[in-house]
Amino acid sequence: MKKKIIIACHECDLLHRIESLPEGSTALCRRCHAVLLSHKKDSLNRSLALNITALILFFISNAYPLIEIKTEGICRATTLMGGVRNLYDQGFWEIALLVLFTAILFPGFEILSRLYLLLPLKFYKKPWHMSLIIKFIQKIKPWGMMDVFMLGILVSVIKLVKMVSVIPGPSLYSFFALIFVVTGAASAMDFHSIWEKA
Amino acid sequence: MISCHNCHLVCHISPLNNPSAMACPRCGSRIHRRKPNSISRTWALVITALILYIPANVLPISISTTMGNSHEDTIISGVIYFIESGSWPIGLIIFTASIFVPVLKILVLIYLLISVQKKSSRRPLDKTRLYRMVEAVGRWSMVDIFVITIIAALIKLGVLVDFKTGPAAVYFGAVVVVTIFAAMSFDPRLIWDNIKEYHE
Ligand SMILES: [Zn+2]
Repeated sequence: MKKKIIIACHECDLLHRIESLPEGSTALCRRCHAVLLSHKKDSLNRSLALNITALILFFISNAYPLIEIKTEGICRATTLMGGVRNLYDQGFWEIALLVLFTAILFPGFEILSRLYLLLPLKFYKKPWHMSLIIKFIQKIKPWGMMDVFMLGILVSVIKLVKMVSVIPGPSLYSFFALIFVVTGAASAMDFHSIWEKA
Repeated sequence: MISCHNCHLVCHISPLNNPSAMACPRCGSRIHRRKPNSISRTWALVITALILYIPANVLPISISTTMGNSHEDTIISGVIYFIESGSWPIGLIIFTASIFVPVLKILVLIYLLISVQKKSSRRPLDKTRLYRMVEAVGRWSMVDIFVITIIAALIKLGVLVDFKTGPAAVYFGAVVVVTIFAAMSFDPRLIWDNIKEYHE
């Protein structure tokens, strides 16, 4: 980051002049300690790699069963979507929608939109409707809850183990990996440098 | 000067322009000095959450049938059951996510709203930290909804056990969504508006 920039803290509105920010460092507001800017090292390549990995894991996690249970010779498995479907069939369409959006759609959209921004930038092109997509990513971010869903799976497994025998499905492992990859992918994004590049 | 909510570009604005009709020159978002109607909007959402919280706790969140005996559980009776039956880690997780976090969130937001309305200038940094904490922790309340989703999908129409979602789940889901919106609509910069100057 060569040129100096003026930035207002988005949490307390204090104006800051940042002369230069070395790679890998983060500027904090001197009044409320909010993150003003962080200049990430090799952000584009790292976030591209992490988001592609995340997309693959996302498909695996949704394609196969999460958990399988066995009781009295009856086997029953469910995918993430199966859980949503069941709520809908029971008449709880509000919760079905809530789970569908927070555990599947928003996390998926977030990965796809990040790739939509990163791929053209990798080839020195400005993505179409870039500002709209960035706005979209920032709007849906608080609603992506895959990490919370993971905790939900763990609690369910502990609850179920008391009643039936539980077999972890293939999705469970990829879902677990996905949480880490997605967290890395989100933190590798550097929107400030995207604005500067485009 | 006003900073854009979306891309954080600082824009120069002459007092002649009508600030409510300004757009950011870089990303085209509408620019506001503060989030619009932050205080009244947050109050409305907090009160809605409080009202929804009553049916969420009174109605059953799950109905399980074991060998013909039907058993209804509210959020609280579920927590008590887990603690009494020895699985206190689950009881603790559900208690934190479904009772402690929503109540804490509502109380902290009410405290911040009142302190902003009273134009208090005490400990702004601590209040900002409190706000950040409340904003980060709210989503974890969804745990119980996800647990119900998974268990209800696996255990159904079995001979011995049956597990059904109860009506409280809808209200509880609404509480989570409404409190997330409430935290979003609160503008932390209002905390700092009462601090006239900043001395290093
Ligand atoms: Zn600040």
